[in-house]
Amino acid sequence: MEQSAAPAIRLEHVSKWFGKLKVLQDVDLTVNRGEHIVLCGPSGSGKSTLIRCINRLEEVQEGRILVDGVELRGDGRNAEDIRRHVGMVFQQFNLFPHMTALENCMLAPRRIHRIGKDEARARAMGHLERVHLADHAQKYPAQLSGGQQQRVAIARALCMNPDILLFDEPTSALDPEMVKEVLDTMVELADAGITMICVTHEMGFARAVAHRVIFMDRGEILESAPPEEFFSAPPARTRPDLPRPDPQPLRGASP
Amino acid sequence: MSYQFDFSPLLTYWPELAAGIVQTLRISCIAMVAGLVLGIALTALRMSPSRPLRWLAVSYIELVRNTPFLVQIFFIFFGLPALGLRFDATQAAVLAMSLNCSAYAAEIVRGGVQAVPKGQVEAGRALGLGTADIYRFIVFRPAIRAIYPSLCSQFVLLMLNSSLVAAISAEELTYAAQMIDNRTFRSFEIFAVVGLLYLALSQCLSLVLAAIGRAYFSYPSK
Amino acid sequence: MIREFGFPELLFVLEGARWTILLSALAFVCGGALGLAVALARTARSRELRWGATVYIQIFQGTPLLIQLFFVFFGLPLLGLQLNVWLAVTIGLALHASGYLGEIWRGGIQAVPAGQVEAARALGLGYRSVMIDVVLPQALRISLPATVGFLVNLVKGTALAALLGLTEATRAGQLMSNITFEPLRVYSAVGLVYFAICLPLTLWSARLERRLLRRG
Repeated sequence: MEQSAAPAIRLEHVSKWFGKLKVLQDVDLTVNRGEHIVLCGPSGSGKSTLIRCINRLEEVQEGRILVDGVELRGDGRNAEDIRRHVGMVFQQFNLFPHMTALENCMLAPRRIHRIGKDEARARAMGHLERVHLADHAQKYPAQLSGGQQQRVAIARALCMNPDILLFDEPTSALDPEMVKEVLDTMVELADAGITMICVTHEMGFARAVAHRVIFMDRGEILESAPPEEFFSAPPARTRPDLPRPDPQPLRGASP
Repeated sequence: MSYQFDFSPLLTYWPELAAGIVQTLRISCIAMVAGLVLGIALTALRMSPSRPLRWLAVSYIELVRNTPFLVQIFFIFFGLPALGLRFDATQAAVLAMSLNCSAYAAEIVRGGVQAVPKGQVEAGRALGLGTADIYRFIVFRPAIRAIYPSLCSQFVLLMLNSSLVAAISAEELTYAAQMIDNRTFRSFEIFAVVGLLYLALSQCLSLVLAAIGRAYFSYPSK
Repeated sequence: MIREFGFPELLFVLEGARWTILLSALAFVCGGALGLAVALARTARSRELRWGATVYIQIFQGTPLLIQLFFVFFGLPLLGLQLNVWLAVTIGLALHASGYLGEIWRGGIQAVPAGQVEAARALGLGYRSVMIDVVLPQALRISLPATVGFLVNLVKGTALAALLGLTEATRAGQLMSNITFEPLRVYSAVGLVYFAICLPLTLWSARLERRLLRRG
C-alpha cells in the first residue's frame, strides 16, 4: 500500500444504530501495524459489530473508518477493495459446504487475484500446511471436525495475503477439546507479525499475544490497556459478567 | 360388455407414437433448461434493490401461476400475432412451456436461496468477492441442492403439461394419440396406452433427474 | 359478422366462469371424498390397500390430466358407459383430484405424531373414532395450505374441459375469439378472470402456510 505510514486501522467517532438501539457510541480506536488487539466484553456490548464495521459487513451511520489510510466510503463502493486485504474468521466458520478445504482456499485468490489454478493450489496448500491440515485438503467441511473447519477458515483468509485479520469469536462455537488447536494456530499467526483484532473470551490467549486488551460495554470502549495492566490493575469495570483472567497459561503460547 | 379390445392400431402407428415421445421429451427438455435459466433471472430480479423491478418480477410470477396453462398457450399462439409476434405451433409450445416453467422455477429457487445461511454470503463478502461471484460460486449449488426435489417434481409436471400443446396442433405424444384416435376410433385402447407411456416417461424422467442431482450435488453434508 | 370484444362478449366469458367455479367445486367435493378414502388406504395397516393406493396415486400424478379426461370422455363410452360431457369432465377431474388430495392428506395423516394415535387407542377408541376424532382433524389442519394450493391447480385444470367442448370460461373465450377476431384482448380477459378466482386462493394458501409455520 502507498500509505505505509498510516496506521492499519483507524476509527474516528464511530456510531451505529440498529433501528433505535445505539450499538456503537462514538468509538475511537487506532490499531498499528503488527499490533494484536483482543476485544472483550459482555454479549451485546458491540464488539462483534465493531469488527464487522471494519470490513463493512455492517454500515456505520456516523464517524469515519480508515483501513491502511483509505477511508471506507459511505456508499460501500470500495468495500470490496478493502475486504481483499482484511481477512475475517467467523464464529460459525462459514466454510462453503460444496467445496473441499482446498477449493475453499482457492476460490477468492482465483476470482480476485486472477491467478492460475496451479498457483492458487500451491498457495492454498502452503496455508493449509501452515494450519497443519495439508492431509485434509481434499475433504469437504462436513467431513472435518469443528476445530479443523475453523483452521481451514483461517487458511482461507490467509490465502488472500491479508494485511489485517479479524477474528469474530473464533472458538465460541467449538467443543472445548477443540479450542486449543485453533488458539495455537492463532498464536502462531500472531508470532508471524500479522495485524490482528480478535473478539474472544479466551483470556489466556489475550495474555499470551495481545499488545492491548480492550473492554467494551454498551457500545463504548471502557478500557484499553496492555494485558499485564489490564489483568492486574483494580478494574474500573466491576461487573459480575466481566471476563476473569484465565490462570492457566496456554501451551505453545509462551514466547 | 360387447366391446372387443383391439390394440393392433397402436402397433400400426408405433412410428407416430415413437416420434411423439421424442418430440414430447425434446420440447420438455428445452423448456426445463430455458425455464430454469429464466426462473433464476426472475429470482435475481425479485431480490434486486430496485422496487419496480421486484414488483415486475412478482407480478409476472403470480400472473403465470394463477392462470391456466391452456389460456397461456392460446394467448401466445393466437393472441401475440396481433402484436406482430408470430410463431409456428412448436415454437409457441416451447415458448409457453418455458415461460410457464420459469414462474414456478422462480418461486422454488427463491426458497433455495433463502435456505442458504446468511453467513455464507458474509464469508464471500469478507473475502472481497463481488455479488455476482458470491451467487455464482457460493450460493448457487447449495441453493439448488436444497430445492432440487421440488424442482424435479416441477419438471415432471411440465412434461405432463406439455400434452396441452396438442390443443394448438403442436406435434407431440398427445397430438399423435389424437391423430391415431381420429383414424381408428380405438379411443379406449389408445388413451390407456398413451397414459401408460406418459407414466413411464414421468418415472424415467424422475430417475434421470435424480441421477443428475446425485452427480452434481454429491458433496457430503452433515 | 364481426363483432367487437365489448361488454356483452365479456359477460359471456363471465357466464362461462360460473361453470368454471361450479365445475371446480363439484370436482373438489367428489375428488375430496374419494381422496380421503385414498389417503386412508395409503396409511392403512393392510399392505394390499397401501400398495393399491400407491399405484392409484402414481397413475393420477404420473399421467397428464388431459389424457385422463380423454380416457374418460372418449374411452369409457366404448365400454358402454354413456357419459355426457359434464359428467365425463366431473368424473375425470374428481379422479384427478382424488389422486393429488390423497397424497396431500396422506402426508398430513403421517405428520400427526404417533403418540396421538397411541393415546387414543389407550383410551379404548376404535379405528373410526381414532381417525375421525383424533387424527383427521389434526391432519387436515396440517395439510390445509397444500389443499388450498391444489384447489388453485384444480381451477386451472378445469380449463381443459374447453377441449372437450364444455363451455366454461376458456371455451367461452375461444368462442368469443372466433367471432371477434381479437384473441389478444379475449385471452387477456379470460386470463384475468382466472387470475381473479385463483389469486385470493393462492394468497389464502400462503397465509395458512405462514400461520402453520409460526405455530410450529
